[in-house]
Amino acid sequence: MRNLGSALFSRLVIIVPYVWLLFFFLVPFFIVFRISLSTMAIAQPPYVPVFGFADGLSGFIGKLGELHFDNFLWLTEDALYINAYLSSLWIAGVSTILALLIGYPVAYGMAKAPRALRPTLLMLVILPFWTSFLIRVYAWIAILKPEGLLNQFLMGIGVINDPLIIINTNWALYIGIVYSYLPFMVLPIYSTLEKLDHSLIEAAQDLGAPPVSAFWKITFPLSVPGVVAGCMLVFIPAVGEFVIPDLLGGSQTLMIGKTLWNEFNANRDWPVSAAVATILLLILVVPIVFFQNAQAKAEEKGR
Amino acid sequence: MKSLGNTRRSFAPWTDPDATPFITFRNVTKTFGDFTAVDNLTLDIYHREFFALLGASGCGKSTLLRMLAGFEKPTSGEIILDGQNIAGIPPYRRPVNMMFQSYALFPHMTVESNIGFGLRQDGMPKSQIAERVAQMLKLVKLEQFAKRKPHQLSGGQRQRVALARSLAKRPKVLLLDEPLGALDKKLREETQFELMDLQQELGLTFVVVTHDQEEAMTMADRIAVMSHGEVIQVATPAEIYEAPNSRFVADFIGDVNILEGKVTASGNGRVELAGADGLTIRAASGEIPANGVSTGFAIRPEKLRVDRAAPADPGVNAVEGEVWDIGYLGDMTVFHIRLANGKVLKASMLNARREVEDPIVYDEKVWVSFDETAGVVLRD
Repeated sequence: MRNLGSALFSRLVIIVPYVWLLFFFLVPFFIVFRISLSTMAIAQPPYVPVFGFADGLSGFIGKLGELHFDNFLWLTEDALYINAYLSSLWIAGVSTILALLIGYPVAYGMAKAPRALRPTLLMLVILPFWTSFLIRVYAWIAILKPEGLLNQFLMGIGVINDPLIIINTNWALYIGIVYSYLPFMVLPIYSTLEKLDHSLIEAAQDLGAPPVSAFWKITFPLSVPGVVAGCMLVFIPAVGEFVIPDLLGGSQTLMIGKTLWNEFNANRDWPVSAAVATILLLILVVPIVFFQNAQAKAEEKGR
Repeated sequence: MKSLGNTRRSFAPWTDPDATPFITFRNVTKTFGDFTAVDNLTLDIYHREFFALLGASGCGKSTLLRMLAGFEKPTSGEIILDGQNIAGIPPYRRPVNMMFQSYALFPHMTVESNIGFGLRQDGMPKSQIAERVAQMLKLVKLEQFAKRKPHQLSGGQRQRVALARSLAKRPKVLLLDEPLGALDKKLREETQFELMDLQQELGLTFVVVTHDQEEAMTMADRIAVMSHGEVIQVATPAEIYEAPNSRFVADFIGDVNILEGKVTASGNGRVELAGADGLTIRAASGEIPANGVSTGFAIRPEKLRVDRAAPADPGVNAVEGEVWDIGYLGDMTVFHIRLANGKVLKASMLNARREVEDPIVYDEKVWVSFDETAGVVLRD
């Protein structure tokens, strides 16, 4: 009886994340997808649904033949969307690399710090989360604008004579994204480095590897899972980022999040913006699923 | 000097005053904060020696090994390896390799690349690496596991990979940190002999750190018994066992009875002690302290005789007691004999015959006796 109870319990525990995924991912995704198949209308909400609960199951099947993918075709016709997707991927990619270049040494330093100091350092990494994300981005405006703190400082010490124009350029955009997502890069890398058995490094040195060589042959390969996790945690939200390009980026900054916002709010074209969102999701989810499958297989093979 | 026990082979460079030590620790001290791990230690290790550092955890033996590997720097003193002071040489340039207690196998590399790691670091040509790796795999009998990752191996197999990896570069000295600690008893016994054969075959100097006295006794040519950062005694296993120089060593290695006494007469290599346990001890081995000094007399259980009949000279090297406990171990029987003053002596007797008529039983009055050369007088 007890066995049956615990079996039931372990099943329930497994079900919880699936239920979560169903209600907070699949159902909303389906709603968005449904909107992307509809046509725009001057109404509240501003679209004509293609099917609804009132149709019943037979009505739903009947309407499947009438579905049209005009909104998706439209995305391929206007170069704006493709450019926005590519530009977003590029900006997110560059930001991820920058965050890795800064985040890895930070994580490494934290993992090598005296044990007693580590909780404090960890706290310092997490500390910015205690302030609103929006306020922190606004703070960057104050720092980067022509009469802002950075320019005042640089002119004060005489490095430059005229203020640098950083705000409303891609520079500001990169600074904003790297700053905002850096903790997501640092934390997973730190957690893999911190677990690393130090005797492996000693063994490498003992076998003739100088410290730099030991790092590249032992430490780095063993921290790859953390690097991959960190890169995904930075890259995925950065692709769809809207607030940072809107506040720090310039008028020429093209990102899909901003395009989506324009379609949704300025044009009130819910069907097209829903199509944009659907494609964005596919662009992100499909490669990740492939990647994780490949990784699981590699792990299986290694076992 | 008379030989104590059986020596494994006629290899004893430490008795030759002209022999140059291969490794020398000279007045080496290592402190961590206000903790002294190694205290002004001087020690010589000879070429092709199998040398064991034996002691309880925290006695400084691992620190000594890590200083030899280069992971710790001595606070003062010098370490000389093959005529060269190695204090300033980083671990990756020392002609010394170490087998780690945790094995420290690289989890992301196959057995093959683990073994070849050091060779690749040295820039050895690929074909030669392959050849050497194959040779090492054969040496540790792991040929069919070359492509496996460490987590696909058993504990014993991992231990052999670690051994092969540390031997692949043909180091001048192989350091082994508790090499058999993680193996089960049967595998440990087998591996002990394998290590000894390997060391003979390769003609290398092995320095092994262990807390297991049996392991040290079996494998080593000489043992350094350490305590609190100091070497208490350096000697062959037989000398350590049969002629411990101090209470600590006598007690640390094997079972021992220590009888207390005061020196009443000495001369001609003999010492007479007025024992505190109701007997006079006449001993012909060990230290010769001055008259009046209180000291201990150490005697191993197997060197005591247990008999019902009183010996010819009762009271001298013989004492009466009562059988308190009998432990039958198959090959031998251990008797705990309680003396009149309450002290319990351990005596073990070999069961050379299957059947004994009228064996000694509990609560019986018996005589415990020993020869003049059976035990040693200790320094203190």
